[in-house]
Amino acid sequence: MMDTKRTIFPNRVMPYLLLAPQLVITLVFFIWPAGQAVKSSFEREDPFGLSTSFVGFQHYVRLLRDPLYLDSLARTAVFAVAVTALSMAFGLALAVAVNRLVRSGRIYTTLLVWPYAVAPVIAGLLWWFLFNSTTGVLAYFLGQLGIRWDHNLNGTHAMILIIIAAAWKQVSYNFLFFLAGLQSVPHSLIEAAAIDGSGPVKRFFTIVLPLLSPTTFFLFIVNVNYTMFDTFGIVDATTAGGPAQATNILVYKVYNDGYLGLNLGSSSAQSVLLMLIVVVLTVIQFRYVERRVQY
Amino acid sequence: MVENRPFLTFLTHLVLVAGVVIVAFPVYVAFIASTHTSEVLVGGIIPLLPGGHLIENYTQVLSASSAANGLPSYPLMALNSLGMALIITFGKIAISILSAFAIVYFRFRFRLLAFWIIFITLMLPVEVRIIPTYKVVADLGMLNSYPGLTVPLIASATATFLFRQFFMTVPDELMEAARVDGSGPLKFFRDILLPLSRTNIAALCVILFIYGWIQYLWPLLVTTDPGYYTLMMGLKRMVAIQDGEVQWHLVMAGAILAMLPPVLVVILMQRLFIRGLTETEK
Repeated sequence: MMDTKRTIFPNRVMPYLLLAPQLVITLVFFIWPAGQAVKSSFEREDPFGLSTSFVGFQHYVRLLRDPLYLDSLARTAVFAVAVTALSMAFGLALAVAVNRLVRSGRIYTTLLVWPYAVAPVIAGLLWWFLFNSTTGVLAYFLGQLGIRWDHNLNGTHAMILIIIAAAWKQVSYNFLFFLAGLQSVPHSLIEAAAIDGSGPVKRFFTIVLPLLSPTTFFLFIVNVNYTMFDTFGIVDATTAGGPAQATNILVYKVYNDGYLGLNLGSSSAQSVLLMLIVVVLTVIQFRYVERRVQY
Repeated sequence: MVENRPFLTFLTHLVLVAGVVIVAFPVYVAFIASTHTSEVLVGGIIPLLPGGHLIENYTQVLSASSAANGLPSYPLMALNSLGMALIITFGKIAISILSAFAIVYFRFRFRLLAFWIIFITLMLPVEVRIIPTYKVVADLGMLNSYPGLTVPLIASATATFLFRQFFMTVPDELMEAARVDGSGPLKFFRDILLPLSRTNIAALCVILFIYGWIQYLWPLLVTTDPGYYTLMMGLKRMVAIQDGEVQWHLVMAGAILAMLPPVLVVILMQRLFIRGLTETEK
């Protein structure tokens, strides 16, 4: 990661000037606030905000014993796994299909990738509109099937709603990466297997899928990251964490407790825990990337 | 294709057509809703064919008089979204290309430290540090301003890594020749490195424009003055009004219009988009 060019420019001051804008922004808006979050997660402010006292791990202990927090953690896990599985399955199916086509593949690709550019909050609005109980088309069809859809009262319905909206937005991403992965599978392997008499289904499961495993693993991490942190807009536009906390995922809870509820200590402790989760995900991702580069 | 199997080809097209339909369905319904009057939409289940009020609804959304319920007019919010997206795009590209240049073409003390400081931004998405970052921005008096909306989102490890990666592949001979010719680092950067990076910059522009345009949480935190609301916030607030019926036909027209710029960018610059996406994602 750290090599320079064989020959370099001899200037002594210039590199610092070139780096200055990036470093200043990073220090002021990333490192400093992150440090503040860590600091205030160990402190308690008195009700008037006049003094703060050190309370050690109290916020963390309380958080990890708080059934509401543990519940939010569990719901986030359900949400992340469901969105990841759903969007990856759809993405893979579509990529396999496009990869079989010679000429029309490009048109299908164009028609499939654009949801990536739709804002999460708009994705939330669109699906909310389809599922709302008075005018929603899908709520109507479900009603015909005997299902009384109401994500304002039914927590499971609310969770399904945000899962669908989040997965809808992410299919295009998974599709593109799976397609790139499929296109790098050596053709000779497929042909050799075909000559040996194995059909398309067998070839897919014994040759293509194993060769795709690096892509699959990479996408798994990226998707978990996406559902945990980039879906705030979807939740805010559809359920706002409700009903009765059913969709109060971790990111939304930090916002609710800290920005709306003004509970700084607990919110900071939540932020620090979230940062730990991102660190773990990033480290896993980079370890894997190193391996892929050698491969 | 290895062998010709008509049934499988049929199945392939079936899967893809179904996929395209499912992907497009929510937007189709939104478009339909945007062509009817509010009476039709409130009156019950919405129709599945377009109504005759397309031009009427869209002109109403786009007119300056669309300001209502404490919201600014739609064109002003669109301008804010555009400003925010463009500042983030160019800001990110500018600071990351300069730092990549410094890291690859110079040796200096604390190089490793600088590298790690940049790397750490990868691990701190704005969502996990909203409260402290909000406090910093408030203390600096940057609430309700373009700098407040954009600068905290501008630092980017991925763009820096992308340029670093690319600079490492630029032949050393180019730089040696430039030095023999007596040109300094800035001249080399401007005349050789920048033109060579054109495609990378363009691909990044596509990705970052989308990133900036769809921001929601950050503008929600730092703007209380409606004059700085972006489209994403405005649409959410059009739905969340307390008194009166939600004007679904206008909300959906607004949503369609707000989707259009980034979606068009993806469709028209598909090659750059795919390149940007697959290369910035580590």
